[in-house]
Amino acid sequence: MSSSASIPVGDLTAMHPGVVSAIDWHKFAANEARRLREFGLDEGVEVELLQPSGWLGGPMSLRIGRMTVALRKHVGDAIHVVQAA
Amino acid sequence: MEMTPLIALVGNPNAGKSALFNALTGARQKVGNYPGVTVERHSGRMALNDGRPVELVDLPGTYSLDPSSPDEQVTRDVVLGRQEGERLPDALIVVADATNLENHLRFVLQLRALGRPMVLALNMIDMATRDGLTIDIDKLSQALGVPVVATVAVRKRGLDALKDAVAGLAGAADKAMPVLDADITHFQREARRIAAQAIVEQPRSRIFTRQLDRVVLHPVLGPLILLGILFTMFQAVFSWSEAPIGWIEGFQGWLAETATATLPDNFLRDLLVEGVINGVGSVVVFLPQIVILFFFILILEASGYMVRAAFLMDRLMAGVGLSGRSFIPLLSSFACAIPGIMAARSIDDPRERLTTILIAPLMTCSARLPVYAVIIGAFIPARSVGPGVGLQGLVLLALYLTGIAGAVLAALVLRRTATKGAGGGFMMEMPRYQLPSIRDVAIGLWQRAYVFLRRAGTIIMGVTVVLWVLTSYPVAPEGQKQSEYSVAGRIASGLEVVLRPIGFNHEISLAVIPAMAAREVAVSALETVYSIDAEDEEAGAQALGTQLSARWSLPTALAFLAWFVFAPQCLSTIAVARRETNGWKWPTVMIAYLFALAYVAAGLTFWTAKALGL
Repeated sequence: MSSSASIPVGDLTAMHPGVVSAIDWHKFAANEARRLREFGLDEGVEVELLQPSGWLGGPMSLRIGRMTVALRKHVGDAIHVVQAA
Repeated sequence: MEMTPLIALVGNPNAGKSALFNALTGARQKVGNYPGVTVERHSGRMALNDGRPVELVDLPGTYSLDPSSPDEQVTRDVVLGRQEGERLPDALIVVADATNLENHLRFVLQLRALGRPMVLALNMIDMATRDGLTIDIDKLSQALGVPVVATVAVRKRGLDALKDAVAGLAGAADKAMPVLDADITHFQREARRIAAQAIVEQPRSRIFTRQLDRVVLHPVLGPLILLGILFTMFQAVFSWSEAPIGWIEGFQGWLAETATATLPDNFLRDLLVEGVINGVGSVVVFLPQIVILFFFILILEASGYMVRAAFLMDRLMAGVGLSGRSFIPLLSSFACAIPGIMAARSIDDPRERLTTILIAPLMTCSARLPVYAVIIGAFIPARSVGPGVGLQGLVLLALYLTGIAGAVLAALVLRRTATKGAGGGFMMEMPRYQLPSIRDVAIGLWQRAYVFLRRAGTIIMGVTVVLWVLTSYPVAPEGQKQSEYSVAGRIASGLEVVLRPIGFNHEISLAVIPAMAAREVAVSALETVYSIDAEDEEAGAQALGTQLSARWSLPTALAFLAWFVFAPQCLSTIAVARRETNGWKWPTVMIAYLFALAYVAAGLTFWTAKALGL
């Protein structure tokens, strides 16, 4: 099934890529949004959760295209993805 | 006269730009500053294959021409021809990481849109090949409309082809002013399209980095590994430096003896031996420790681990209102607060950046080591308190931890008062792990060592000599102490009124004044004071530690240590804080709160130690 429901990127199963379906750009500060665009974040881009945010709420490590970046959990919550089947 | 053509190296962070710069220029580099900002300007000369010289300037790495830090602003202004103190580059060498083509191409496209002559250096092509990534260079060059050269900077591959491509551009240079297009989304989509055309084969990438990250970023193993690395680093600073410190001391002793034996006994000889040789020598002995500390920091940065450390520390740093990004400048501050404060530039959020600058001097820098080492050596018995744990080392650790605790406390208070406001979050690229290149580390170490030695040869020597003169004159009459009768002694007597309540004696009051220039001077100043007061040559030649343990009480020595944990005794740090914050307001806040902390801490230490009967 390709039309599975979208979930926040932090809820992806680790090491199973998904595709960005929507981004709540308005939830980011201007500099955050710009940095994310510079990291190549965009609708339709493949992402993969490499290291989930720990139990203490630390940052997560995420692959965006071919780039790996660190983000805090609240940023990940505004990035919606569809997990690849 | 025609000017040497100026070529600017531009690219994303982690594209291997500086490695390429080092490979192209070798040791023929100059480090300067752009006027008005503390962004370092790295330039160097290289000869093209036909022998023509060009000047190469290595611009700070940035993701786009929409700057979020002073570094990135310099890059934008230079390529637009707006940067004060820099002419418009005749051409650009744009460096992109072949393994991260989609993303780096976006910046390439934005730079191409400026309409300036440029060459694309497709760097780390070996890594791409190792990943199984095949890129059609000709197709890429056609799609971009600029020459593309595959390079491996760390192995010096592709450099000749790159120089040829640059030579081919020279004629194309036109002086039209570049125009900036700031909308990066359409560049991003275009970049993805071109990358999809040029990449022939694309399997899953970075297997090694991914596997290593699973361990290094693991919520339990990660912090343990970080702790282990930091422990090894501080251990090495002391154990590896023992032998080279011995050599420097030996050389200094030989120099002083030779000068004493060959020169006539007069004012100049005393000035040379006591002021210059012993004064500067007492500071230069710390060169090995500084080099070792920077060695670790450079390796951690070049290998890609430093960003992982920031990742691991983010949760903790968020607790005091900062982010993992602050960890890197603060760790550098253990070597020296100056590069630490400068590294704070990479922090996007202005309030977090300011807080980091204000607390950086609380990290125990290497200039405190001479002071700590002398006092601990003189007052703390070299006793073992457990297997492999010595009391002296434990006290030293406690001093480091006190500094860190002070920084945590200061950050908490600052983020709720002076630098109040929402945080800037934490977003960082995690570059792939790399084996650091020996040449790049060596060049970095040489530059740090040179800066330190220049400081020792100028500021520290100057201050030591002036102090020596001020403590030597006027000559005290029979029965009076030289250190009290001299000019410096009288100034110190004034200060002593304030410092006596926290246990400081006259000699300490005298030593802390010149130590404002640099903390290490406290040691050479005490050395000068006691050698000048010495009744005879033999007493004067006694080791400083022996003299101190005979004259100071333990509470005084401990108070002196506590003072140096906090006191902002370093003019260079204050000057750099002023430049980085564009004014005197924040350095004044920094000086005031640090001196207040130092006074209270020294006082509390002194009174507590007395009450305990130490």
